[in-house]
Amino acid sequence: MTDELPRTDVTANAAAGDTPPAAGQPLLRIEGVAKTFGTFRAVDSVSLDIKAGEFFALLGPSGCGKTTLLRMLAGFEAPDEGRILLGGKDIAQALPHQRPVNMMFQNYALFPHLSVRDNIAFGLKRAGLVRADIATRVAEMVALVKLEGLEKRKPDHLSGGQRQRVALARALARRPQLLLLDEPLAALDKKLRESTQAELMELQRRLGTTFIIVTHDQEEAMTMASRIGVMKSGKLAQVAAPRELYEAPRSRWIAEFVGDVNVFDGEFKLRDGHRLVIATRDAGTLVTAEPREPVGETKLSVAIRPEKVKLSRRGPVSEAGREMAINSLDGVIADICYLGGTTTYKVKLDAGGTMQASVVNSARLDVDAYSVNQNVVAWFTPDDCVVLQS
Amino acid sequence: MSSRRIFARPARFAAIAPYLWMMLFFLVPFAFVLKISLSQTAIAQPPYDPVFDLTAGWDALKTALAALSIDNFRLLISDDIYVFAYVRSLTVAVTATALLLLIGYPIAYGMARLPKSWQAVAMVLVIVPFWTSFLIRIYAWINILQHDGLLNQILLALHLVSQPVVWLSTDSAMYIGIVYSYLPFMILPLYATLAKMEPALEEAAGDLGAPPWQVFWLVTFPLSLPGVGAGVLLCFIPIVGEFVIPDLLAGSNALMIGQTLWLEFFTNKDWPVASAAAIVLLVVLLVPLLLYERLQKRQLEQGR
Repeated sequence: MTDELPRTDVTANAAAGDTPPAAGQPLLRIEGVAKTFGTFRAVDSVSLDIKAGEFFALLGPSGCGKTTLLRMLAGFEAPDEGRILLGGKDIAQALPHQRPVNMMFQNYALFPHLSVRDNIAFGLKRAGLVRADIATRVAEMVALVKLEGLEKRKPDHLSGGQRQRVALARALARRPQLLLLDEPLAALDKKLRESTQAELMELQRRLGTTFIIVTHDQEEAMTMASRIGVMKSGKLAQVAAPRELYEAPRSRWIAEFVGDVNVFDGEFKLRDGHRLVIATRDAGTLVTAEPREPVGETKLSVAIRPEKVKLSRRGPVSEAGREMAINSLDGVIADICYLGGTTTYKVKLDAGGTMQASVVNSARLDVDAYSVNQNVVAWFTPDDCVVLQS
Repeated sequence: MSSRRIFARPARFAAIAPYLWMMLFFLVPFAFVLKISLSQTAIAQPPYDPVFDLTAGWDALKTALAALSIDNFRLLISDDIYVFAYVRSLTVAVTATALLLLIGYPIAYGMARLPKSWQAVAMVLVIVPFWTSFLIRIYAWINILQHDGLLNQILLALHLVSQPVVWLSTDSAMYIGIVYSYLPFMILPLYATLAKMEPALEEAAGDLGAPPWQVFWLVTFPLSLPGVGAGVLLCFIPIVGEFVIPDLLAGSNALMIGQTLWLEFFTNKDWPVASAAAIVLLVVLLVPLLLYERLQKRQLEQGR
């Protein structure tokens, strides 16, 4: 096994005169890029910096422009506005074969008339490597994606997982500065997808190549990426690390797109030190922590993730408990959704709304499990609340 | 009974129906032609000898069989006229098919890359000449190509030539006619293969560093080979036996085998020699067909 691939030998990419960016400089800088199809603005003034070695995910629902943005990075679409700087050089109008960027296609786009070996060697031959170097590099790639013994097969005679590996090896063979992955795991079943996620992360860490992945699957993005850009209607709605995206979403739309969330609309009532008091329509008066970004003192929403909501038969009694349970809402269990590892309870609040509470099934035999129509108290701390501008 | 089992289900019948069709409309006539090709010409009705008469009894049939000979085939080989006609037919067919491929491929490629709604329009434009009779369209070409025809008028108006060019009764006119007539048969199979090709394959080739001409030669063209094969066969085989276009547009100094056949049948009334010529033509045409089938089989096996 070659764990550390030499990254110094001459390829077309290096020969094209691209120098790696100076430390601190982003590898890729997207500046005000826009693309319009007819009257539809698929990508709308997107600006984004991506550092060398990052595993970046573009996340969004279908039609949000994430694939169009990726295709502009690969060179299959030319942006109508803006610049795309790779290592300081504007490549916005460069043709695909002139870019030190490779892409792994959603349906892999393997050449059906070429064997696994020739598929992987395709880009190396175009780069003008000598025959011996090509053979060495193909062998490295085959070992890297564990496809030994299948070199002579045609893509039609491979399984879905094997095809995915060939596509990955083919895209990595040229040692691109930037690897683009368009829904790379969408065609795999759930178990294979999870193991492949881990392998992709391991591979990215080992090679140090910058990965940009496009996905509509927020769990996939959360698992693999070091940073996530959420796109909505052609715009970047938020760029953040997975944890921040989940715990501090910038808008109600993001909070609802990434994971499950309880949202209550209300009005600002008063500020008490580092606490805000917000009167909601469906969950009574809630006390929240002061949000990091200042919010206007009018209409606000309060978002609480289901796993932050605790359930009790009665309100907690201890002093510490009382402090934590500043927000405690009476209700009745309306619905139970058992998911194995966790159970999601739907609580009908006396104040009118419903609230989801997700409880970890930490014990195999849970004699205290709640049942439908049982009276409960749903409680959470001010810090568990995210205040969003409505 | 095996025959009962064969006809037990409609599906079984559907499976043997093409073979029945071939037996009835290809093998049986072929047997007639083969028999005539082994007979001798005669001034009689029908114009050959011997004639099989099943009512005349077994001995008469045996005599008739003994009278068959391969003299006509010997004549075909020994007489230059026939050899030249075969060579010319093959030359014309190869040249015309190459021209058709060169002209048809870019058209099919362009069609396949049009927006979906325009592809249907382009398809209709390719097929629309079939609405007019083939013969009328060839006569129209005579009009266009004659001394004061449209082509010469345009060439004179553009000052490309100083006096009218002789087009009619030349090989150029024949090639124009053949390419014009057979173009749809080349375009349609090519278009069918190119249209169903995944666009991501060409993108992937470009992404991996191939400039556009390499994308074409390394990915698009190899993947369109089944369409190329079908188009080439659909054009090559009928062009070898083509009669009308060379007869109306080409000169009379060099004949194609189709014209030679016509002469033997209708002018010389020599049915046996004409039949022998037809049999040889069939054998000649089987060669590219068998080659094509071998190639396809090998491609299938390679995938394994």
